[in-house]
Amino acid sequence: METVNAIELRNITKRFGSVVANDSVNLTLKRGEILSLLGENGSGKTTLMNMLGGIYFPDEGEIFVDGKPASIKSPKDSFNYGIGMIHQHFKLVDVFTAAENIVLGLEGEKGKLDRVSIRNAVQEIADKYGFDIDPDQKIYDMSVSQKQTVEIVKVLYRGADILILDEPTAVLTPQETEKLFTVMQNMKRDGKAIIIITHKLHEVLSVSDRVAVLRKGKYIGSVNTKEATQQSLTDMMVGRSVSLNIDRPVNPDKSDRLIIENLTVRDKEGVKKLDNVSFTAFGGEILGVAGVAGSGQKELLEAIAGIQKVETGSSVTYVPPEGASSQLCGMAPIDIIRNGIFLSFVPEDRFGMGLVGSMNIIDNIRLRTYREGPGPIVDSARSTALAKQIVDDLEVVTPDIDRTPIRRLSGGNVQKVLVGREIASNPTVLLTAYAVRGLDINTSHTIYNLLTQQKMKGVAVIYVGEDLDVLLELCDRILVLCGGQVSGIVDAHNVTKEEIGLLMTTVEGRGASS
Amino acid sequence: MNQEKKIPLIRLAKRDGVQPTTGWLIRIASIIVALLLGCLIIMITGANPFEAYATMVDGALGSEVFVRQTVKIAIPLLGCALAIAPCFKMRFWNIGAEGQITAGALAATFVARLLTGSVPSIVLLIMMALAAIIGGGIWGLIPGFFKAKWNTNETLFTLMMNYIIIGVVAWLQIGPWQARQGRMAQFHSDAILPKVAGVHCGWIVVLILVVIIYFYMNHTKQGYEISVIGDSLNTARYAGMNVGYIMMRTMFLSGAICGLVGFLVASGANGTLSSNIANGVGFTSITVAWLSQLNAFVMIVISFMLAILTKGADTLQTSMNVPVSISNIIIGLLLFCMLGCEFFINFRMIFRSKHHEKEVGKNG
Amino acid sequence: MDNIISFIVALIVAAITYSTPLLFGTLGEILTEKSGNLNLGVEGIMYMGGAIGLGGVFYYEKLAGSPNGYVAIVVAILFAFIAGAIASLIFSFITITLRANQNVTGLALSIFGTGVGQFVGEYMRVREGGYVSISNELKDFFIASPFPKFLQDIPYLGKILFSHSFFFYLAIVLAIVMHFFLKKTRKGLYLRAVGESPATADAAGINVTTNKYLATIIGGGISAIGGMVYITTLAGCTWNHEGLAGFGWLAVALVIFCMWRPLSAIWGSVLFGALMILYTRLQIPFVPTEIYKILPYVVTLVVLIISSIRNNKEKQPPASLGLAYFREER
Repeated sequence: METVNAIELRNITKRFGSVVANDSVNLTLKRGEILSLLGENGSGKTTLMNMLGGIYFPDEGEIFVDGKPASIKSPKDSFNYGIGMIHQHFKLVDVFTAAENIVLGLEGEKGKLDRVSIRNAVQEIADKYGFDIDPDQKIYDMSVSQKQTVEIVKVLYRGADILILDEPTAVLTPQETEKLFTVMQNMKRDGKAIIIITHKLHEVLSVSDRVAVLRKGKYIGSVNTKEATQQSLTDMMVGRSVSLNIDRPVNPDKSDRLIIENLTVRDKEGVKKLDNVSFTAFGGEILGVAGVAGSGQKELLEAIAGIQKVETGSSVTYVPPEGASSQLCGMAPIDIIRNGIFLSFVPEDRFGMGLVGSMNIIDNIRLRTYREGPGPIVDSARSTALAKQIVDDLEVVTPDIDRTPIRRLSGGNVQKVLVGREIASNPTVLLTAYAVRGLDINTSHTIYNLLTQQKMKGVAVIYVGEDLDVLLELCDRILVLCGGQVSGIVDAHNVTKEEIGLLMTTVEGRGASS
Repeated sequence: MNQEKKIPLIRLAKRDGVQPTTGWLIRIASIIVALLLGCLIIMITGANPFEAYATMVDGALGSEVFVRQTVKIAIPLLGCALAIAPCFKMRFWNIGAEGQITAGALAATFVARLLTGSVPSIVLLIMMALAAIIGGGIWGLIPGFFKAKWNTNETLFTLMMNYIIIGVVAWLQIGPWQARQGRMAQFHSDAILPKVAGVHCGWIVVLILVVIIYFYMNHTKQGYEISVIGDSLNTARYAGMNVGYIMMRTMFLSGAICGLVGFLVASGANGTLSSNIANGVGFTSITVAWLSQLNAFVMIVISFMLAILTKGADTLQTSMNVPVSISNIIIGLLLFCMLGCEFFINFRMIFRSKHHEKEVGKNG
Repeated sequence: MDNIISFIVALIVAAITYSTPLLFGTLGEILTEKSGNLNLGVEGIMYMGGAIGLGGVFYYEKLAGSPNGYVAIVVAILFAFIAGAIASLIFSFITITLRANQNVTGLALSIFGTGVGQFVGEYMRVREGGYVSISNELKDFFIASPFPKFLQDIPYLGKILFSHSFFFYLAIVLAIVMHFFLKKTRKGLYLRAVGESPATADAAGINVTTNKYLATIIGGGISAIGGMVYITTLAGCTWNHEGLAGFGWLAVALVIFCMWRPLSAIWGSVLFGALMILYTRLQIPFVPTEIYKILPYVVTLVVLIISSIRNNKEKQPPASLGLAYFREER
């Protein structure tokens, strides 16, 4: 049983355009083993697993399932090899029951939907592994954790014996996580092979037998969990600091700009995404925000920008360079604009929020300022001039500014337009989320320089990032979020990557009381 | 991430950039295909299709009188298509033009009955137009309000609204406002739109509307807001737009224009109100707007084309004994072909070959 | 007292007569919408079914000389069904394969279908020298109840339960079958999954395209039978487009009113049927007759509004209704 690997990946390479998502990765998974796949955001974990799930097909390399070469071209192929992948976004029909979702698409012996026997089969799986599931409950009545249970039972019902869980704990409470881990141990005892993707080190240590680490698309190595510590794993995950040569002048003239107190945000399901967050952002500095994905970064920026509903008791005080301060909580974006607060926001979702993909550059440039100018007519001279200026200043490569939809530009040029527009309004606060994601080195440096220029002009820049090397070299201070809480605010000039890595993953102990 | 596609696919239909000239060439080709299919239908009746088309064109454009009648048919089609364009741009599927026309005509008639004789004709006509604008506008605003507030399905809502107002008019027609045998009285001449070049002056109003709507959609702040909402609600919120308010405002505007068209039809073409005043125009104009890519100037061409078919079919019936309903069949075919051809404009067939991956994952 | 009872009985019987075409139209559209396709062409489909179904019977009688009533009914159903299926095939091809907007395509089908129905109706009239009619024997056969006379003669109940045309009972059976199909079979479950979340269905290995095509085509065929039933029962086997006008839109309304449930469509259609004819039977002072006719639309609107305000997950349109599905955008 131990001799043949359930899965073996050899020299798997996957490229998206010029970006190498996986670079010659090797990985093995044994039967009856739980393997943690560890790595920072963008290290290529999900891409790698998607090649097992049949979502992508590798450009190079080979996949072996049970020692035999496998060609996985579709989710169906993957399923035929006995691989069941549980994605972060559940694929369930809301108005169906758990049982109905579980049998969806399967050929039955009879045309009739034999609810009793399905329910029994589901119950049997649930009892065997210790799932808590009501087969007749509708999905829309379920918590996130229950939905996840349905997804896992769904793949088990279909006979999967290799399970891949993509960040399953990201949406769970500590208690639910505990339950999931118990179930995973039961499945392991039953001979199933399991890969769990996670960034949370204490979870890695508590649940897995072995840890494999990816960094920037490359396979770093694997260690037996018994021999690993949080520190050793962090070192493997973040690697040695790489110098990026980002110019970091200091603006001596700092002043309070945003005072955030007790900021709490809940999502639709009532789960706290931000939990009593308090900090102050200064004009004249870049405040980095670090944290694993989904730690509340998006909610933090959107709450400040007025797009996100906040809980009562939250407070965001804006202190302008001159004049009286004002309370931003409760203000819609339009109120913020009307109150003459110069707050710019480069959102993570470029086409879903920051830009209108089907419009040309000029129309996108005027998105936040189209109200300016008298009368009901759009001041097109102003936005045309601004568009020209941004295209020239930032060297945006585009066939034209008044015809081509911006969606057709390359990612770097799109981001230049977005950042250029937000800076052009002479903000006093500049919020950015993953401003260099997917960009090449040169464009990234252009963006860093723009942000630093803003800082030197006295703007309070908040930079949400995922690359710790960048955060360390670009920012003045770094705020670390973990599970919606502030796990630390550190001076970026004298902190190590490892220290931040630990803060990103280990506040849970402290947060467990909440 | 989700923009990736699986590589091993036999055949790919991929979104492609739009080349304006090729696009319109494909559309013209689809019109020709539709007309050829129409030939088959005509042949069933035993008529010579080319002769039939010639008769139709002649019947629609052959004399000054015919042209006037054709224009009269085109006016409400064009007017309502213009009204629908902002809604559809916003991806608000307003299929209630039929009812909004009726509501406008009803409001105008109400004013006509109230004020005829007590004010000069020009004042009366302006009052009627204003009433029609408000009446149609309110009829559009109601579904807009429910959509904004509770996300009530607007397609089904606007559809129901049509039959409610048409029923109300039907009641007035045989009830309180009946003049004789289930009909309402003709308007007093004060309440009739003056003619310009032989057709009621509605055609001028509608042509002015073309320019206004074109300008509104492309150069005003409100038009800009509509475009952004149509693309992405989140972007609109990010930009500080009050989406619900803009939805209601746009629906009021749309209903108001339909209402104005209702006034033009009642006061200009029919000289009275009846329950079938919209007569399907509200539905046909939706297809006009959509097929024109919501471009106000293209709408002139398409609505005129449909008017020619409608008027031509009338002549066809009298001169060649072909049922007049052939116009609806040919219009239907035309719509099918033009709707279908958009696929060939927006998608490119790529048959499997070795080298087909280009730039993907730009923002993975 | 007796008067009131016989009045009510007569009202119910008449309501059921009017409800039958509507019930077919609605059942067909429910099946279509369950697959996520909003086919607004029901009006046109019912026109085509009416005219072509009538044409089928007419030419059958002409060819057969001494026609058999049962065969005539089968011919009528078959012709109507095929007409509706073809109309829906056009709709399916344009919206599913060519991905055009469903609202606009549905309206185009309405225009096209009413045109075809009218054209066929008029064409037959012209060719047959002014009048298309079916022999009285066949006409009676279409209206006649399939139940023996003694059942129909049961006081009151016999009228209410056993006096209707064959088509009404067929529609009831169809509604029950459809309910069973949607709720109790795997295929039904998969079809609903397609209408709720095509991406989920696709990921689970269900063929979204096939399901949408089949549901829309069969649904269209069923709706078309409704048009034929109107022409052969209510219109006395003559082409009467004024009478048929509006049934299709009412069917769309009824789909909403009964919240996409076939069994509710049965009593819903009887209620709508009652509202349609109430004005001829029950003159309430100060309530104008024409106002009765808008009641079905008003109650539908109220149902639509209430269901959206209460936001009850069970009582909603299929989640992907009206939206095209592209696998690439998964």
